[in-house]
Amino acid sequence: MSIENVHAGGNRLFVSVWVYLLILTAIEVILAYLQLFRTEVMMLILMVLSAIKAGLIIAYFMHLRFEKPSLILTILPAGMLVIALLFAFFPDSFRVLELRPQ
Amino acid sequence: MADVNQKLIPMTEWGGGALPYSIGHKKLGMWLFLLSDSMTFSALLIGYSYVRVANVNWPRPFHIWPSITMATLMTLILLSSSLTMVMGVAASRRNDHSATIRYMLLTMLGGVGFILLHSNEWMGLIREGVRLWENPWGVPLFGATFFALTGLHMAHVASGVIYLGVIAAGVRSKRFGPEHVEISGLYWHFVDLVWMFIFPMVYLLSASRQ
Repeated sequence: MSIENVHAGGNRLFVSVWVYLLILTAIEVILAYLQLFRTEVMMLILMVLSAIKAGLIIAYFMHLRFEKPSLILTILPAGMLVIALLFAFFPDSFRVLELRPQ
Repeated sequence: MADVNQKLIPMTEWGGGALPYSIGHKKLGMWLFLLSDSMTFSALLIGYSYVRVANVNWPRPFHIWPSITMATLMTLILLSSSLTMVMGVAASRRNDHSATIRYMLLTMLGGVGFILLHSNEWMGLIREGVRLWENPWGVPLFGATFFALTGLHMAHVASGVIYLGVIAAGVRSKRFGPEHVEISGLYWHFVDLVWMFIFPMVYLLSASRQ
């Protein structure tokens, strides 16, 4: 797909991505206002919504969807892997919590 | 010379003679920088989550008005500045210099607005007695994690505004072309992307219960 094709009439695409991002943000804020869920559940929901927003930004605003597959395969799996590896220490926080005098 | 090379070297992606990613080295460099920067921010966000889980009664000081509303407004500003940036990149591809500069200035304006609103937020918290090492609500680490996370992000926004200003001046004097604008756009969108995680993690999860 050539760059010209993507950008011909591309502004409408960008505006619709922007609208989707605003809708997702509105859902997040409304959820925070209503306080329907426990913090853990709420965090899970917010992270899923934020991951969708991040995906939209990377794919369309940062244009990655229209790049060569080799670039996508170089950047995305490596990024996800290193971020996932950072969670290796996370279970320790539950241990710290239990060590505290109640 | 180029013709000779094309005959001698097969134009395969990894055999040389072609760009494996079909992008210039500057853009690839920016992508790799953003990859490393995303690690910095995820380390801080995961560290914040770690101390939050490890502490009972983490403070939830952000009221719907003004804090959450202002943070939502800041999100709106940042998202809209991303939209104007993407419009600027499209304009620079059409070689429309004045539109490029106009959109980049709008983007910078959004960045400045974000910094002003966020500084106001910071001053409010500081007036309430939040410091790096203490705050009125218990758990001392709240201040350290809040200021470190949002401070690093604000530093990124501030340097982004300067970066965009330099590129816009270069577009004006015709030193910089569409590729430079696009690369600065990548950086700006990344700053926006990071806020999409900081906003729910720091603000929405700490919205005070009515």
